[in-house]
Parts: sequence; structure tokens; C-alpha cells
Amino acid sequence: MRRGLKTTLVMLTGAALTLSAGACGGKKATTGGDSGEGAKKTVKVGLAYDIGGRGDKSFNDAAFAGLDRVKQNLNLEIKDIEATKNETDNDKIQRLDLLAKSGYNPVIAVGFAYAGALGKVAPKHPNTKFGIVDDGSVEGPNVTNLLFAEEQGSYLVGAAAAQKSESGKIGFIGGVDTPLIKKFEAGYVAGAKKAKPDIKIDVKYISRGTDFSGFTDPAKGKTIAQGQYDGGADVIYHAAGLSGLGLFQAAAAEKKFAIGVDSDQYQNAEADQKPYIITSMLKRVDTAVYNFVEDTNKGTVKAGPVIFDLKNQGIDYSKANTEAIAGLQAKMDEYKQEIIDGKITVPTK
Amino acid sequence: MKTLRTSPLALTVIAAVIALVFSVIITSVVLSISGFNPPSVFQAMIDFGLEPDSVVNTLNRSSTYYLAAIAVAIGFRMNLFNIGVDGQYRLGAMLAAAVGGAFALPPVIHQVVIILVAMAVGGMWAGIAGLLKVTRGVSEVISTIMLNFIATGIVAFLLHEDRLATQVAGSNNIGTEPIASSGRVPGIPYPGAGLEIYGLVLLAVAVGVGFHVMINRTRFGFDLRATGLSSSAAVAGGVDARRMVVAAMLISGMAAGLIGMPQLLGSSYSYGLDFPGGLGFIGIGIALLGRNNPVGIAFAALLWAFLDQSSQILEFNEIPKEIVAITQAAVLLSVVVVYEIVRRLGLRWQQQAVAAELAAGSAKRSKEVAA
Repeated sequence: MRRGLKTTLVMLTGAALTLSAGACGGKKATTGGDSGEGAKKTVKVGLAYDIGGRGDKSFNDAAFAGLDRVKQNLNLEIKDIEATKNETDNDKIQRLDLLAKSGYNPVIAVGFAYAGALGKVAPKHPNTKFGIVDDGSVEGPNVTNLLFAEEQGSYLVGAAAAQKSESGKIGFIGGVDTPLIKKFEAGYVAGAKKAKPDIKIDVKYISRGTDFSGFTDPAKGKTIAQGQYDGGADVIYHAAGLSGLGLFQAAAAEKKFAIGVDSDQYQNAEADQKPYIITSMLKRVDTAVYNFVEDTNKGTVKAGPVIFDLKNQGIDYSKANTEAIAGLQAKMDEYKQEIIDGKITVPTK
Repeated sequence: MKTLRTSPLALTVIAAVIALVFSVIITSVVLSISGFNPPSVFQAMIDFGLEPDSVVNTLNRSSTYYLAAIAVAIGFRMNLFNIGVDGQYRLGAMLAAAVGGAFALPPVIHQVVIILVAMAVGGMWAGIAGLLKVTRGVSEVISTIMLNFIATGIVAFLLHEDRLATQVAGSNNIGTEPIASSGRVPGIPYPGAGLEIYGLVLLAVAVGVGFHVMINRTRFGFDLRATGLSSSAAVAGGVDARRMVVAAMLISGMAAGLIGMPQLLGSSYSYGLDFPGGLGFIGIGIALLGRNNPVGIAFAALLWAFLDQSSQILEFNEIPKEIVAITQAAVLLSVVVVYEIVRRLGLRWQQQAVAAELAAGSAKRSKEVAA
């Protein structure tokens, strides 16, 4: 019996070690910047993520990609920290405070969950510029709100989906039914109906309310996508973060179509999935972050909301899959121009 | 889980220290393999963890962990595994926030009403599992897990603009109407910190004292422990086991309802999308670590909160903060293992002591007989 206990102990230790060795590999090289090029100015940028952090292949990664682009012009010292599970506003306050106190300027809060915390930290550091993605409720002389008109891009891919559909039925998969994701849905539905008034739209959310697992569950994304394909839909658009990868798997298996979100997901998809990804709704968080850091450096950054939409190309759609998107673009570009000209107002709810 | 006869306190403390040392060793090995210097990492964690703001956050965090663990421990004491603490907590916090935001009552009454609503909702939700167990024989493990999912669904349903929630202009968050200032609990300032300790940290302390008194000083607590140790023996002793199951689940759920209160009344004032979830599950680990003992749980909650808090500096120093999850898991595992070893050692020492006494006794007797 005691021997058994000892063996268990040894096994557990071994397991813990293997697991941890695996877990620690990835995330070391955060500080970047091309050192050695003295001519470039060095800027310390702080990034604070919500839960999930880097590696989600969409939203958070896009923010980091924006910093990669800045590196061409500036030496960057990047510090990116992600939220811990079950944390409260106080933890977010301390995180932002720590970044500002340690001389990081600008500091960018990625995600609306930081709104409350930023409201309390920003006044304490008047000389630090803060940016917050996806929130327009925090105000301050040193706070820039980076906002996106997701509904506009969703409208265009909705039009694409409706045109592409032969069955007359399309699908939408949202990660979690938050107000933010409902904007995607509203635009998509409106765009699809504009292109084909009698189109049927199957809308499903993976999780609801305070359960945010819907953004990180590809298996459920796949099941729901399969259900929608079985129900007659032949094009599905997702706004579900990592869960969307399940949609692409289902699309490839069923040989039906899918539409990506946030970044150009055609580029990073598996080879067998690529033909089925018609397009992606591009939410250029990278552009927003890039502009914000550049403007801060030049001293031209303005406080208050900056809205990224079709007009300034902060929102767009991807044309990478030329074969699948052929024939759909004429109408999409027509609507795009009408939205830019203000002839179409896309609903957000 | 039997108490040790041979100086139980000393053995418990020794076991805890061994477990901690063991987990530090495991963490050090992991750090070394990953190419970090363990002493400097621990130094950074301790330095950061002792900063005033960190102390405040640790205390705040541990108050919610403590309440969660007490809720779990009440069930554990009776051999009931209430996995539904998380659902009871979320549903209780949400409805209490909604009620608190809907009316402005005079101070004190306002807070008391909010807290009572949270306890009532949490207790009711757990009580369903208790009733199912005694009337239909449904295992509380299964029913509470199911009730967690249902609670998630109900919260999602109610957290909607047409129902109990409002959306702040320009924000992507959605939450219940903020509680008016009459319903808030002022914080306790801590020297040098920009943040404040939740006033309801004191509530956690009171709940701990209440738990101790209930378990050790009341007839009810005696029945609870007796049923937990052996329900058939307890029934033979005149305890109504069915009533005890329902009562224990109710009380466990009421404690679970309190988990969200320190934060709700001390800082966020509204139940929104960013309200933390999953605390009920952390509570299970902490209750195990603290051996279902109110003082033990207090230390466990503080340790857990300190590790969570100090892990934040790791990422700042380019060290993956998942290291701390390994430390926490190692503490938990080694505590379970070390306690078992210590319990057996204690048992053996005890047997040896008894055997020695018996031998001495019989030797004396045989001498008397011989004489």
C-alpha cells in the first residue's frame, strides 16, 4: 500500500513536469524591437489583454500584429500581459497601473472589459496615453477609444453569403450573445436580406450571458456548424473567435461554404479548408493599434473615439479567395460605396 | 478525515509545511528546466505580492475564495459534494444585484436586503439538489452540475436589455442597474495602497466564525458531522438523515450566495458580463487544502489568492504565469498525499503507544499474579 502511494507520487511529479515543460515553451520572446539600430527611437508599449491573450488567431493576435508593423519605423519594447481567470476590476486596475508606472506609454487595453478599470487608472497617469479597443464609454483627456463598425463589414459578407447560397438558407454562428457580437449578427442579417429578400437565416450562439466559453470552443463550433449545414444552410459566417476554426472543419467535411472574421482567415486555414472560405470580414485591430502607436509617437494622437469603418478601411472584406468570391464582388462593392456615401445605414441591433 | 489523536495540530502543521516545501521544489524544477532562475522568480513574486496594492487585492480575492470554500466545506462535512456552488453563487449574485439596483432603500436595510436575497437564492438553488436527493435519490454531484448549467442559462436569459439588464452608452458591456450609494459597502483603506479592502471581508470572517460555532458547538453541527462520518450510525442514533441532507444543502447554498457580495457591494455595484465566474470550483480546491476546517481554509484561501496575485508579475518579467497554476496544483496534490502519509504515521505511532501501554499493563498484571 505504501509502495503504491510512492509510485503514485513519482508518477504525479513526472506528469506535472512533462505538462509544464510543454506549457512553458511558447511565450518567451515578447520583447522585440530591432536592437542595434540606434537611429530609431525606442518606444515602450504596454498591451493588456482580456482572458485568452495572444494565440487566439483573431482579435488579440491582430492587436499584436499591429505592433509588429510599427517595428519597421520604431524600436519597440513591448510588454503584453493577459488577464487571469476569475479576476475582478481591481486586478485590471493594478495591471494598467503597473504598465503606466513602469514607463510604458502608450498603454493599450484590448477589450471592453477594461472600461471600468481604465476609468480609474487614466486620471492617475495624465502623461500616459491610453487606448482601449471596443469601448466608447470611458472618457478622459488621455484616453483614445478605438471603435469599429463591425456591422458594416458583416453587412457586406451577409450580401456575399446570400448571393452564394443555392439553397436559400444561410447560417450565423456567434461565440457569445454579447451586445458586441449582436452587432455582427445584425449587419449580416441586414446585408443578406438586402441582397436576397427571401433568404432564410439560421442564427445560433455557442454560449450565452456570462459564459464566455463560446469564444474558445472549436468542438462546439463544429457541431453547431454541422447542424446548420444539415438543416439546409450552405454558407455560414462566424463571429466566434477560436471556435470558428470548428466551422472551417465542418465546411471542409461537408464541402459547403464558410466566412471568416476579424483577420483574413483564408490565409491561416488548412489547405483542405481554403477552397470553402469565401471571404473574411476584416476588423483591422492591427491598423487601429498601429495608427494609435504611431500617432502617440508623433504627438498627434487625439483623445476620444476613433471609429474604424469601411470609409477609412478599418473595416473591410478579404478578396484572397479569388475563385470563391468571383461574381459576388460587384454587389458587395456597390453596397460598400453606398454605406460609405451614407445611402445605406446598417443596423447595429 | 478522522482527527488524529496524537497531537493533531502539530501533525497538521507539519503536513502543510511539507506540502508547501514539496510544491516549491516542483516549481523550482519546472522553472529550472524552462531556463529561469527559481530564487529570483520567487523573490520577484514575493516582492510584488507584498506591495500595498497587491496585499489589498490578495485580501479581497481571498475573501471570495474563503466564502466559496466554506460553502463547499459545509457539504463536505456531511459527505455531500456540492459542485453547484458556482451556479448558486452566480445566480445569487445576479438576482441580488438586480434587486439591489431596482430599489433605493435606506442604508443598512439596503445592504441587508441585497445580502438576504443572495443567500435566499443560493440556498434555494442548492436546496433543489437536496430535495432531489432525499425524495428521488438523485446524486447531488449530478444534480448540482446540471443546476450549474441551468443557472448559466437563467443568468444569460435575464441579463438582457428587455429584462434585468441595461447597456451603458458606448460600452459593449451589459449589466444590471448599478446599486445606489445607499446599498454600497465602503472599503477599508490600507496604508500606501491606491485600492481599498472590501468592507465585506469582515463578512467572510463572520461566516468563518459562524461555521466553526455551528459545526463544533451546536446540536445541528454534531448531527451533521455524525451523518458525515456514518449516516447509518447517525440514523440509529436518532438523526433524521433526510432532513439533514436538505438542511446542509440549504446552508451550503446560502453561503455560496454570499460569495459575490464583497465584490458586488464593494466595487462593481452591478452584475455584468465581466463579473468573475468559476469561483465555486476554486472553492472546492481550497476546501480540500484547508481540510474543511475554518482556520485551515483561511490559510488556504490566503495562499491561493497570494499565488494568483503574485503571478501577475511573472508575465511582466517574461515568465509564463502558468507556472503558478503548477505550484497551486502541486500544493493541492502534495497536501492530499502528505496528509495521508502523516495520518498513517500518526496512526502507527498511536498504535505503538497503545501497544506499549498495554504491554506495560499486562506485564504489571502478570507480575501481580505471580506475586
